[in-house]
Amino acid sequence: MEFFRIRRDIPFMRHALVFNIISLVTFLAAVFFLVTRGLHFSIEFTGGTVAEVAYSQPADIDKIRSTVEALNLGDVQVQNFGSAHDVLIRVPVRADVKQAEVVGRVFTAICQAESGTVGAKQFVSDKGEAISKQVCEAGSAEPVTLQRSEVVGPQVGKELAVDGLKALAFVVIGIMIYLAFRFEWKFSVAAIVANLHDVIIILGFFAFFQWEFSLPVLAAVLAVLGYSVNESVVIFDRIREAFRKYRKMNTHEVIDHAITSTMSRTIITHGSTQMMVVSMLLFGGQTLHYFALALTIGILFGIYSSVFVAAAIAMWLGVKREDLMRSTAKETDPDDPNAGAVV
Amino acid sequence: MNRYPWWKYAILGIALVVGLLYTLPNFFGEAPAVQVSSGKATLKLDASLAGRIEQILAKAGLRSDFVQFDGNSVKARFDDLDTQGRAKDAISKALNPDPSDPSYIVALNLLPRSPHWLTAMHALPMYLGLDLRGGVHFLMQVDMKSALTKRAESLSGDARSLLRDKGLRHTGITRDGDSVEIRFRDAETTKSALNVLTDQLPDLQWVQSTDGAEIKLTGTMKPAAALRVQETAVKQNITTLHNRINELGVSEPVIQQQGPDRVVVQLPGVQDTAKAKDIIGRTATLEVRMVDDSTEALAAAAGTGPVPFGMERFVERGGSPLIVKRQVVLTGENLTDAQPGFDSQTQEPTVNLTLDAKGARVFKDVTRDNIGKRMAILLFEKGKGEVVTAPVIRSEIGGGRVQISGRMTTEQANDEALLLRAGSLAAPMEIIEERTIGPSLGAENIAKGFHSVIYGFAAIAVFMCLYYLLFGVFSTLALAFNLLLLVAVLSMLQATLTLPGIAAIALTLGMAIDSNVLINERVREELRGGASPQAAISMGYERAFATILDSNITTLIAGIALLAFGSGPVRGFAVVHCLGILTSMFSSVMFSRGLVNLWYGRQKKLKSVAIGQVWRPDGGTPAAKV
Repeated sequence: MEFFRIRRDIPFMRHALVFNIISLVTFLAAVFFLVTRGLHFSIEFTGGTVAEVAYSQPADIDKIRSTVEALNLGDVQVQNFGSAHDVLIRVPVRADVKQAEVVGRVFTAICQAESGTVGAKQFVSDKGEAISKQVCEAGSAEPVTLQRSEVVGPQVGKELAVDGLKALAFVVIGIMIYLAFRFEWKFSVAAIVANLHDVIIILGFFAFFQWEFSLPVLAAVLAVLGYSVNESVVIFDRIREAFRKYRKMNTHEVIDHAITSTMSRTIITHGSTQMMVVSMLLFGGQTLHYFALALTIGILFGIYSSVFVAAAIAMWLGVKREDLMRSTAKETDPDDPNAGAVV
Repeated sequence: MNRYPWWKYAILGIALVVGLLYTLPNFFGEAPAVQVSSGKATLKLDASLAGRIEQILAKAGLRSDFVQFDGNSVKARFDDLDTQGRAKDAISKALNPDPSDPSYIVALNLLPRSPHWLTAMHALPMYLGLDLRGGVHFLMQVDMKSALTKRAESLSGDARSLLRDKGLRHTGITRDGDSVEIRFRDAETTKSALNVLTDQLPDLQWVQSTDGAEIKLTGTMKPAAALRVQETAVKQNITTLHNRINELGVSEPVIQQQGPDRVVVQLPGVQDTAKAKDIIGRTATLEVRMVDDSTEALAAAAGTGPVPFGMERFVERGGSPLIVKRQVVLTGENLTDAQPGFDSQTQEPTVNLTLDAKGARVFKDVTRDNIGKRMAILLFEKGKGEVVTAPVIRSEIGGGRVQISGRMTTEQANDEALLLRAGSLAAPMEIIEERTIGPSLGAENIAKGFHSVIYGFAAIAVFMCLYYLLFGVFSTLALAFNLLLLVAVLSMLQATLTLPGIAAIALTLGMAIDSNVLINERVREELRGGASPQAAISMGYERAFATILDSNITTLIAGIALLAFGSGPVRGFAVVHCLGILTSMFSSVMFSRGLVNLWYGRQKKLKSVAIGQVWRPDGGTPAAKV
């Protein structure tokens, strides 16, 4: 099997301007949505309380909402989570509400709404582990169980946001230094611009759809940043090689050649990684949903940007044969009479 | 040309065997167990308890897989739930004769079911995070300000007694926040006082200023001293928390410092946040009272007479009962520090107590009036008191520095000091983050993560095998080897595996295949260019390597950034991601090459390789099989 049967180098760079305009438009749209809508941060960043409860019957969201709102905890969000039985309740941070008690109060309230009482229960799991747990009991039934809760103080959230930005800066600077050292500054600028544009686009999607931006999503964004730089690296490697091999080609043709010859690899690897991500999207459940979604967008735009954007920017920046040959000129100069046999 | 020297195969072989061995424990699951831990701060467990429990079990006719002491608790593993339940009953009956006042906590727990020889070589299953096994997580902020205030308080007491000893008159010592202010009338006293203070209280930095007619010395804590105070405060809080959490009978509690002023507490298996918070927030109190050694009291202590009026009967740590007055001389609030040390003359181990100003004053009066008598230091926990130590008062003790000595080993002195400190937290703590995950959700998360990895892996494997034929099989094997190594390394390091960690495994595998695609595409390209199969393999691997290295390094940079700045779920992701990149370098380059070499390397006249169709633009005959 061979998917890519390309006879001649595809003249990508002839259309570089078009690609760059497309990029610019998507980029601006992303920035626009980021500014106007903003990201929907998870409580890890904002601070607050989240409780995930499971009902034995399909949950009545409106009833739960009015029950929780009656507690006067501020702007409470109640929504289904995954299935009709699971409900996610979000409570923001409020100065006059003791955060440590919020989960207990909410759980007691929704338990009473199901005419149950909250009590501690000791039991041994079927594997043999003693578990003590707060349960809501109505007779012998358990109408609602607390699956998960999370309480984050406002101060922690702020720190996480700062750390996230630091991590992003570290990645950007680290990769730039590495590429500048390995190739040339023009490439490093091109690669970073191309990939940061991916990051902004991912964030733009999250802002547009108001998907929840949580810590795992941040991890996904940074991982994608590292990953799609790969793509640029592979192409730059080829550009360098082509500059050495085909002395008659101009920069245009060299870049076209590099992109064409790595195309099959690009599509296949991204396809493989995407298969894994799709698998996460299908089987990973709610927790991994946005993580996988961020990866999907990142991978798809990663192909586009590193192929069409990075190389085009490098070209605009005026990459020349000399830029790449300087360091290795001595070893490869064919005119050097003193050079030994080359294998 | 495509042959590996024997030692490369040896390395691969060893990696494979080690990988298999350390991955193995993950397949055994968990077995029911009973865990015995100390129920009282005054009771310290040692290895002899394991022997005792073995005897108890033997007597009850119950067979355990093993009984072992692990530093904090004794754990016994059983085959089935029935034995576990009966063992728990037998052990708690034998160890806690009085069920209303248990000295030991006997809890039902789980232990890995892996055979002993695996555990003996530290091959343990991966350490699962709370989101996979259920439990509670607390992040607590230590209130450093109050720790510093406490220290400043005790320093101002020290300054007061110092000046009194030297006969230097001052017009008042006050504590203002973290600093100590002393006022003097004349410059001469100030000068000599300054000399004494700088000499004797090296923790403070003194600044002189005039305040109206008076001269004021303001002592602020030096940064190094303040840092030390904070460090000890966090350490002491962690020790205290350890003691308290024992009571929950959690198998693997995590109590760790995070950053300069935070403590993380993770209690797997615990679902009852209210109870956990209650236990964490509970304060034990310390009281100093006088011992009654009169004849009636001795009779009462021996159990032959009634306890006299105004007295109470307590048990001293280690056994013998004591009759102690109800009247409280001092409480733990007045005790600022307790440290083990050595007597400067006799070199005996001692416990040195430091009292605050009020405590020092009371203590001086009490000791003056009671020379030759005994006093008891009691620790109250859960409403029950126990005598930690009951030393005889030899002389009047002023200045708030108390030394307890006599018939102690260094270890005992350490324990005692710890207990006296355990009275209360060094500084109050506040819960700033709290997470609870139910056990069913944890199990669900494991299943979800596992399915993501398996199905993703299968999809990639099928595609690779179809597209690259035999080379695809090699790539798939290399990917499987990568997974094996990654799981083995995670098990070896006992890094916490979380759901984002599993996602990182999946993602890393998805990215790792990149290396093999690069290699396979390169080999095809070389074949397309007309190279002989052997040369194509060799050149393909060689040329692809530089690219693989580059791309892995950029990915690694992102991974390291996440590791350095991430916390919580991001860290779990980053650890796996970074390790995965490293193992993938090894497996996808060296292991897959090893396989290729084994298969093709010895065939001198290799006509073709099975790497899928190699299509040529000029329509020439491909060198490879279709």
